[in-house]
Amino acid sequence: MPESQTASAVLETASAGGDPIVNDCTIHVATVNGSGSQSSNNVLMRSIFQMGVPVSGKNMFPSNIAGLPTWFTIRANKDGWIARKKEVDIMVCMNAQTAREDVAGLPPGALCIYDAPLNLKSSRPDIAFFEVPFAKLAGELADDSRLRKLLANMVYVGVVAQLLGIEREELVNAITKQFKGKKKAIDPNVAAIDKGMDFARASLPKQEKHRIERMNATAGKIIIDGNAAAAIGAMFGGVTAVTWYPITPSSSLCESLIDYLRQYRVEKDGKATFAVVQAEDELAAVGMVLGAGWAGARSMTSTAGPGISLMAEFVGLGYFAEIPGVIWDIQRVGPSTGLPTRTAQGDVNQVAYLSHGDTQHIVLIPSSVSECFDFAIEALDLAEEFQTPVFVLSDLDLGMNNWMSDPFKYPEKPIRRGKVLTKEKLDELKGQWGRYADVDGDGIPWRTLPGTDHPMASYFTRGSGHDDFARYSEKPEVYKATVDRLARKIETAKLFVPPPAVDISEGARIGFIAYGTTDFALEEARYQLRTEHGIETSYLRLRSLPFTGDVRSFVSMHDRIYVVEQNRDGQMGDLLKLELGADQEKIRKILHYTGLPCDARSITEAVVQMEATIECPEPLLLVRAEPPAAKASPMASGTQPTTRATED
Amino acid sequence: MAESTLKIGTAEVPKENRIGLKATDYHGGKSTLCAGCGHDAISNQIVRAFYEMSVKPERVAKFSGIGCSSKTPAYFLSRAHGFNAVHGRMPAIATGAMLANHHLLGIGVSGDGDTASIGLGQFMHMIRRNIPMIYIVENNGVYGLTKGQFSATADEGSKLKTGVINDLPPMDLCALAVQLGCGFVARGFAGDPKQMVNILKAAIAHNGLAVIDVISPCVTFNNHDGSTKSYTYAKEHDELLHQIGFVPSYEQIEVDYEPGEVKEVTMHDGSRIVLKKIEEAYDPTDATNALVRLKQAESAGQMLTGLVHLQPEKKSFMDLLHVVDEPLATLTLERTRPPREALDKIMQELM
Ligand SMILES: Cc1ncc(C[n+]2csc(CCOP(=O)(O)OP(=O)(O)O)c2C)c(N)n1
Ligand code: SF4
Ligand SMILES: [Mg+2]
Repeated sequence: MPESQTASAVLETASAGGDPIVNDCTIHVATVNGSGSQSSNNVLMRSIFQMGVPVSGKNMFPSNIAGLPTWFTIRANKDGWIARKKEVDIMVCMNAQTAREDVAGLPPGALCIYDAPLNLKSSRPDIAFFEVPFAKLAGELADDSRLRKLLANMVYVGVVAQLLGIEREELVNAITKQFKGKKKAIDPNVAAIDKGMDFARASLPKQEKHRIERMNATAGKIIIDGNAAAAIGAMFGGVTAVTWYPITPSSSLCESLIDYLRQYRVEKDGKATFAVVQAEDELAAVGMVLGAGWAGARSMTSTAGPGISLMAEFVGLGYFAEIPGVIWDIQRVGPSTGLPTRTAQGDVNQVAYLSHGDTQHIVLIPSSVSECFDFAIEALDLAEEFQTPVFVLSDLDLGMNNWMSDPFKYPEKPIRRGKVLTKEKLDELKGQWGRYADVDGDGIPWRTLPGTDHPMASYFTRGSGHDDFARYSEKPEVYKATVDRLARKIETAKLFVPPPAVDISEGARIGFIAYGTTDFALEEARYQLRTEHGIETSYLRLRSLPFTGDVRSFVSMHDRIYVVEQNRDGQMGDLLKLELGADQEKIRKILHYTGLPCDARSITEAVVQMEATIECPEPLLLVRAEPPAAKASPMASGTQPTTRATED
Repeated sequence: MAESTLKIGTAEVPKENRIGLKATDYHGGKSTLCAGCGHDAISNQIVRAFYEMSVKPERVAKFSGIGCSSKTPAYFLSRAHGFNAVHGRMPAIATGAMLANHHLLGIGVSGDGDTASIGLGQFMHMIRRNIPMIYIVENNGVYGLTKGQFSATADEGSKLKTGVINDLPPMDLCALAVQLGCGFVARGFAGDPKQMVNILKAAIAHNGLAVIDVISPCVTFNNHDGSTKSYTYAKEHDELLHQIGFVPSYEQIEVDYEPGEVKEVTMHDGSRIVLKKIEEAYDPTDATNALVRLKQAESAGQMLTGLVHLQPEKKSFMDLLHVVDEPLATLTLERTRPPREALDKIMQELM
């Protein structure tokens, strides 16, 4: 076959003199949204995982139910680097709309499996093409046209598996898992895999460039997305009221929470220990969270940026009236018809101070699925302990993509419900208490729940105009005392919120500060900087707001601080500048905002470039650093953000 | 004008109610509203109804939005927790609180601005969900607290003190509630306290959302000639659907009546509402009938008061949620955290 000749020619050059690259490749699958490729991609990812190879899967999907292009990227990496990698090693082209562009973007030497009618083989001489007649192969499997389409997607899994050496047994296991043991679904899919493997074995050239080989780095691990992890955490955190309004990318959090609650939180008599309401909008959703929190439920909602905007007024009331409630923000790009199905970290400013007046909020920032689980519990605890709305800032990449993790640990500590006066305690106090009195000096008052059977239990809840006994007051000194106490409460919170994860490298002059999903790319970038450029770096990963004391000391230990985040303006960088006083001079921003998850190479290149053009107190040892670009980019000067990854 | 209430049994009010509380135990803080404001008259009837029904105030939770009307929960039942929410969003707060503790007896007070404009969506969804509580709209046709702008319930042709005439049609909150399937819809008038107290008692007995639209004149901004929400205008145009009598579940009173003259409706808790026809046979259990009558009243310029619609058997949201008997708020950890084996099983499935 002519196409095999092309392929082998490139393959020879590609692998000339080199051993195959084992367990280190990125597979990029281009399909049409709604074509059912999700199952195939999951099976492919899972089979690699089951062969013991660290892996991650990212879905880059359009805001559309069916018809628009969608991509899925699987990264397998023996060293455990599972951030997005920009370069694609193996492309699977199933979509005529994007095929030409998909191929044009490949690095030389990449492999490309494509659907025969796309006829890509002569489009680039430096790519190894593998032509597969998917429709014909699927046609041999089923008569029904819809089923054929689905099975065609499973056929590419078989082809990729055969080319890379993924074991058939693990594919079958993955299919069994994917289709929950249902034989009717399993059999045709296994047949499709075999079809693909057989075809590749018989009719495609062998390739020696990339191999997947069994190793042992995933034993005992789970694969889960952040939203499901958060849902499991919330359930074990004793959530009792869940009120929400659907929005991508947060919907799956409440949806999986509902599934889990129905399985594990219904008692023998069929009655539920939880209540769920799909509200009419996010205003109502957060209002219900606060109403429930006020009356003593462990309450939560989840949304994305647009929903947070709608919640602004209520969250302020929650802050001033001191009502617990948890709000998950699964960040995405832009308002309205922006890029609602793409990832970002653009809501930092919005949640840190949401609402009018002197508000400031506790924000937890998970960067892994296990932190989603932990923080789901922690957020419910902190909300009740501090009697205030607590945000959890996740994003689409973490929330909706599949991540490997150690299994979550059963929470050993009981839940913390904060300062609540019961009927018995009120009896002891002879009914003498003040709802907003700071009797403990930590800024946190005591509360009672409605329905408490004591004639002195009640109080009247309203905004900021109240005295220590919740009586209405507009007196200047009373108002000032209230907001000053609220500030003290936030001071106390600094001692209780999850502290940053700090990794100091001996002798490092520069430090990174990042948070959330940037972590994956950042750790890999540190590795690249160390091994490729000899640059040692320290790293502080923020896990919450308000900032704790650790941040200041970390900054003071380093000459330059690179704050890496996924938004245009460096929102966290700005908050840090406010926090740091004189040390703010050290802050430099590295920003990634393409809608796609941040990758390590972009960070590494940005640091190398900025370090090279900087005036250092003592010259840095830049091993193998590229010389500064001849034409100074407007962004290249030390303190300004760098653009990156325009090819994204 | 015909008498709006039906005399049943002895009308004597005892010094103490059945749970040994005095009327003063149901009082609230001192009102800061204008003297003569309709809203204060309604607060007084709330005190009376809860006292006479012997509801323990600690069991009650009071909710409101923003407005003069929404301030009133501070002026009744001090021994009950209260929540003054944000403008138009009382339903969300109340819904959440009822989720947390379905033993609470909820009473919400809102205004026509709070409900018919900014809060219309939440009002409608609360009806649709049938949250078991009382929802009072203190309807004066204006925004009192922001000093007299027209609200969405102001009648067409109604005049502001400044001479501005409203040329948009009013929203009829009762018709809206009936249309959305509310199982208890009533209209009262702050100037008819006896009728109001019976409506309130019936509302307390109802298991579901009870919407009560009360014409409640604003003496400062909308009580002049040319206003259709003034005391004088309301008195002149009040059209009673029936005389209302309320027989609590614990009273065994037989009601004497001519056949066909009276309609009785038994409530969820066994109490009975006795309606005596005035000018016509009005069947409040028939929603279509209610909508027709409301529309007729609107064309005829009548202010129809009484129990507009009753459907006491409708399932409330809490029934549908099927939660455990105890309040979710105070469930112990053993009941809200699944056992270790549950997490093990979930983790196994993900491996
Ligand atoms: C979000 C918001 N917008 C506007 C206001 C200003 N505001 C306060 S009360 C009110 C109208 C209240 O009218 P109504 O509900 O009829 O109450 P009344 O004072 O007439 O009893 C308005 C517009 C507010 N408090 N919040
Ligand atoms: S302004 Fe009107 S509604 Fe407000 S308190 Fe005065 S009379 Fe009542
Ligand atoms: Mg009004």
